[in-house]
Amino acid sequence: MIERNLILIYEGEFTQEITKSVLAMAERNMDSVGEEMGIKRKVFNVMVECLQNIVKHADDLEPHDKLRHNAIFMIGKDQNAYIITSGNPIGHDKVPILSSKLEQINSLDKEGLKTLYKEIIKNGDLSEKGGAGLGFIDMARKSGQKLEFDFEPIDSEFSFFSLKTVIPRTSVEE
Amino acid sequence: MQIINLEGTEDTPKIILDKTNGIYEISGRSLPEDSAEFYRPVLEWLEEYTKKPNPSTEFAFKLEYFNTASSKLILDILSKLEAISGTTIIWYFHEDDEDMEEAGTEFSELVEIPFEFKTY
Repeated sequence: MIERNLILIYEGEFTQEITKSVLAMAERNMDSVGEEMGIKRKVFNVMVECLQNIVKHADDLEPHDKLRHNAIFMIGKDQNAYIITSGNPIGHDKVPILSSKLEQINSLDKEGLKTLYKEIIKNGDLSEKGGAGLGFIDMARKSGQKLEFDFEPIDSEFSFFSLKTVIPRTSVEE
Repeated sequence: MQIINLEGTEDTPKIILDKTNGIYEISGRSLPEDSAEFYRPVLEWLEEYTKKPNPSTEFAFKLEYFNTASSKLILDILSKLEAISGTTIIWYFHEDDEDMEEAGTEFSELVEIPFEFKTY
């Protein structure tokens, strides 16, 4: 049995300030165990993209909607990897487009991801939410792994989107 | 021209744009909530600078980290610099930071400006 250690779990409202706090906590944690610089960077990268996605898309929900506060973010760590998991409600209408985007990204190898990244950064416009459409690609590139995702219907309007990114650690004897 | 001199914070980079002293630098961490809003003054400054640039412009990027929304704005900055002759990009990265080195290489492939890579 692999023991999964949860370093951090946060549930509630997501804002830029929360993002900064969560990042600071994770950085302190990794520093305190002397985590390798390269791994720290990758974990940080994936965290930022993940957290900022939640912040951006929380805006889809009405301010008074209780679902707005139901996003969750977790960092787990086992012997071999950091596991970054997020979950947030999204409108049903977003599911097909998100799903196909993630499937496309998962189908690409390193070179393919680089090509897609360059294509989007060069030709894409910032979305009305200020996103570059590059977050998932960056998460896949930095982790070097497939992104695991799932959509679970909540009610007639919303589904719960969960996303898991695994960042392998170099084999270090603990 | 007006000087832009912004101190860096936990989520925004240090920015120096000083035509008189020939210092052009973006350094630190870039993960602002709204990167278009944050970098707007930089793009506007460059727009103005383009009209009467110095004969040579060495623009330094010394970033520890930038999010993907920032990367789009960095490309916008580079595109503006592309139009200014005598521009060189100095791309700094920590000697063990392959990702930052690669990011610089990718940017250099997207614009027609000479890049110099330096470690720190």
